[in-house]
Amino acid sequence: MWSWVAHRISGVLLFLFLFAHVLDTALVRVSPDAYNQVMEAYKNPVVGLGEAGLVAAVIFHALNGLRIIAVDFWSKGAKYQRQMFWAVVVGFVVLFAPFAVRHLTNVFSH
Amino acid sequence: MSATTGESTNYHAGPDAVAVKKSRYRRVAKPRGNFELWSWVFMRATGVLLLVLIFGHLFVNLMLGEGIHAIDFGFVAGKWASPFWQVWDMLMLWFGMLHGFNGVRTIVNDYTEKDGTRWVLKGLLVLATVFSIVLGTLVIFTFDPCIDPSSTLSVCTR
Repeated sequence: MWSWVAHRISGVLLFLFLFAHVLDTALVRVSPDAYNQVMEAYKNPVVGLGEAGLVAAVIFHALNGLRIIAVDFWSKGAKYQRQMFWAVVVGFVVLFAPFAVRHLTNVFSH
Repeated sequence: MSATTGESTNYHAGPDAVAVKKSRYRRVAKPRGNFELWSWVFMRATGVLLLVLIFGHLFVNLMLGEGIHAIDFGFVAGKWASPFWQVWDMLMLWFGMLHGFNGVRTIVNDYTEKDGTRWVLKGLLVLATVFSIVLGTLVIFTFDPCIDPSSTLSVCTR
């Protein structure tokens, strides 16, 4: 139940960000300065924390998506869905921890 | 009393049966094709592809080199000089937008109670999706690294 709620919330968040990300990238067609100015905002520490949040949403949505696929297509998927939820949690920590260290070091060390 | 429709009598049915064709108690929906089945398949297929595309995108752009500090106009020019990254980004854009469109469509269908609200939200959703796909694809393939005539990028000073 809660993984289903989190899947929906992270999905909507990622859709909204993708829309914004297409618009900010489109600035390369306006001028290098316009694009670079917006990229400076992405390097701001507060926004940097937001990016870590977005990547967390991507990793959760991706791993929980694999779990949904397993529940749908694997004959024992429904039986092991709870165990697979914990696998999602472990996978999330394994992938997000190194990313967070690397990204936040980049964001805060300049 | 026999079950009649006014047109014909159904001699095979019992006394409570209603005529199949004209009754308003008929509960068999018209066939609607397999759209929802294909959208379900589409979500799973594009989901797996997006996992690879987006994890690759995040690793190359945020983990390698200086991470986010390397990203500027020159960085984009470097990547889109290669058709590999142009196609990568195009696929990510199309699959991401359509996967997101389908997900948000499901959510709108689930939570809207009034038809009007539902159609307005879906209209905005279609608009945002088509706009992003068209704009993003044009940006990727009409990108000009030398849009600024005084550019010092190596491709422009040659």
